[in-house]
Amino acid sequence: MSLDAAAPKPNWLSRLAHPGAFMGWSRPVLLPLGLLVGLLFALGLWFAFFNSPADYQMGDTVRIMYVHVPNAWLSQFVYGVMAVASLGTLVWRHPLADVAAKAAAPLGAGFTALALYTGSLWGRPTWGTFWEWDGRMTSTLVLFFIYLGIIALWRAIDDQLRAARIVAVVTLVGALDIPIIKFSVDWWNTLHQPSSILTPSGPRMPGSLLTPLFIMLVAFTLLFLLLLLVSMRTEILRRRADSLSRQAVGSA
Amino acid sequence: METHAQDAIFIAWAYIGVIVVTLGLIARVATGARAARARLAALEAQGIRRRSGGPAA
Repeated sequence: MSLDAAAPKPNWLSRLAHPGAFMGWSRPVLLPLGLLVGLLFALGLWFAFFNSPADYQMGDTVRIMYVHVPNAWLSQFVYGVMAVASLGTLVWRHPLADVAAKAAAPLGAGFTALALYTGSLWGRPTWGTFWEWDGRMTSTLVLFFIYLGIIALWRAIDDQLRAARIVAVVTLVGALDIPIIKFSVDWWNTLHQPSSILTPSGPRMPGSLLTPLFIMLVAFTLLFLLLLLVSMRTEILRRRADSLSRQAVGSA
Repeated sequence: METHAQDAIFIAWAYIGVIVVTLGLIARVATGARAARARLAALEAQGIRRRSGGPAA
């Protein structure tokens, strides 16, 4: 029996996630995904402004929810993606894992900043204040600083392999903030309302508000996916260029 | 009436901020991609290629 025959065959996920294969399959996905994102945003904004009612308590300010909730969801979802990628770096040494983690960090920081910004603008007319140092808002602000710290770490360490391992450990430690954000509204007294979508008894929101919210959630999530794919492709090209530069210096 | 006007200001600022930051993220990703492709193309134009001999991108 030859050595090749004895070697375990890579599964479909490994083949799909190989950097060369990733560059191949991701390219034709970008344009259709971009068109779908544009269509969903157009539909979601039309629903948000022209086909959804004002809330009986919050009035028209409820329309801020259609941009606040998707960004708040993404602030945590992107971190979840980074945490899984960090496991991929530390446990499986997957070649694309640290590429994904590095590409996702600035996107997560952007979405978290938007969650804080829109939440603050929603809070002023609803609660009478732009900011309150309560559990939900403070833990989300901490998440924003964790994102900034991770971006700074990537930039501070030249050796990308070493940076990937250090950042992966920091990312996994920082993941402790995610359940704190999620359960902060249950653990502490807060101005922030408890979860009204993912509840054991189903969404506590009428369909007329839930439809535009769901469309905007999908639109923002697919936008993140699109930006992540492009950023990962860019990071792979950067590393190839770095490698070629070193090769050129070495052969000179 | 005044409340409606005040609400409209908060809604407008929220959406303007989201549009500006989202377009900023898209622009940042797009310019980064363009710069990486240009850098790789410049290296290949100098005759520096991957050892495998295949295209670099």
